[in-house]
Amino acid sequence: MRDVRDALMVARNTDGKLVHRPLSPHLQVHRWPISMALSILHRASGCALGVGTLLMTWWLVAAARSPASFETAQWFMGSIVGKLLLFGWSLALFYHLCSGTRHLWMDTGRGFEKAEYDRSAKIVIIATIVLTVGAWIVGLAAG
Amino acid sequence: MRRSPLGRARGLGSARAGAAHWWAQRLTAVALVPLTMWFICAVIRLKGADQAAVVAWLASPVSLVLLLALIVATFHHLQLGLQVVIEDYVKGPGTKLTAILAVKAACILLALACIVSVLKLGGA
Repeated sequence: MRDVRDALMVARNTDGKLVHRPLSPHLQVHRWPISMALSILHRASGCALGVGTLLMTWWLVAAARSPASFETAQWFMGSIVGKLLLFGWSLALFYHLCSGTRHLWMDTGRGFEKAEYDRSAKIVIIATIVLTVGAWIVGLAAG
Repeated sequence: MRRSPLGRARGLGSARAGAAHWWAQRLTAVALVPLTMWFICAVIRLKGADQAAVVAWLASPVSLVLLLALIVATFHHLQLGLQVVIEDYVKGPGTKLTAILAVKAACILLALACIVSVLKLGGA
């Protein structure tokens, strides 16, 4: 032990061997279990959606300003860059929606057993993909 | 934790807000589930549309009310969420407070811009 603080960082791994551990959460050194990945992604997608509100605000303000400025906004949304941003926005939105619903369910005190926890995590990922792909199939086929 | 009997009865804790932040975040989250689903459907229907189509869409009081509810819930939920992220990751009390206030101000301004635009379109 180099330092007295090291005492706090000694733990046993699953084999019972003594190991040095940094205090959590250390994104660089810990293995990424699905629970941790989902939790971090929930925050990241929330922040991304915050940036996405700029897009929504621009769209609504442009519509209120004039038909010409709305045409510009609509042209941008339909361009390659706009479509990529909208795809990212929809992915973040559906993920945050599914993951958030899972959090609401867990707020009732359910779903904390490891098997249930991992199962609901997988459902979130599958539902996100299905909803995003579904919305884009409908969206690209529309009008 | 030691609290006076009055403090315990009020249940507001040391921050004097109790579970208000936590509760507001959940409440807006529940509201946003149907509202965002509805908004995505509306956005898809307005793909490539001109401004007249947006005016026609918002001529219906139902669309107008739902869109206003979506805007309020979205920005309220956003500022509550970003506040927690800043509280967790930004170091230094001064920087932290500045960042939180800046985020809250930006959310209020963006929300007002959306609300005014929507009301203008709805009243056009």
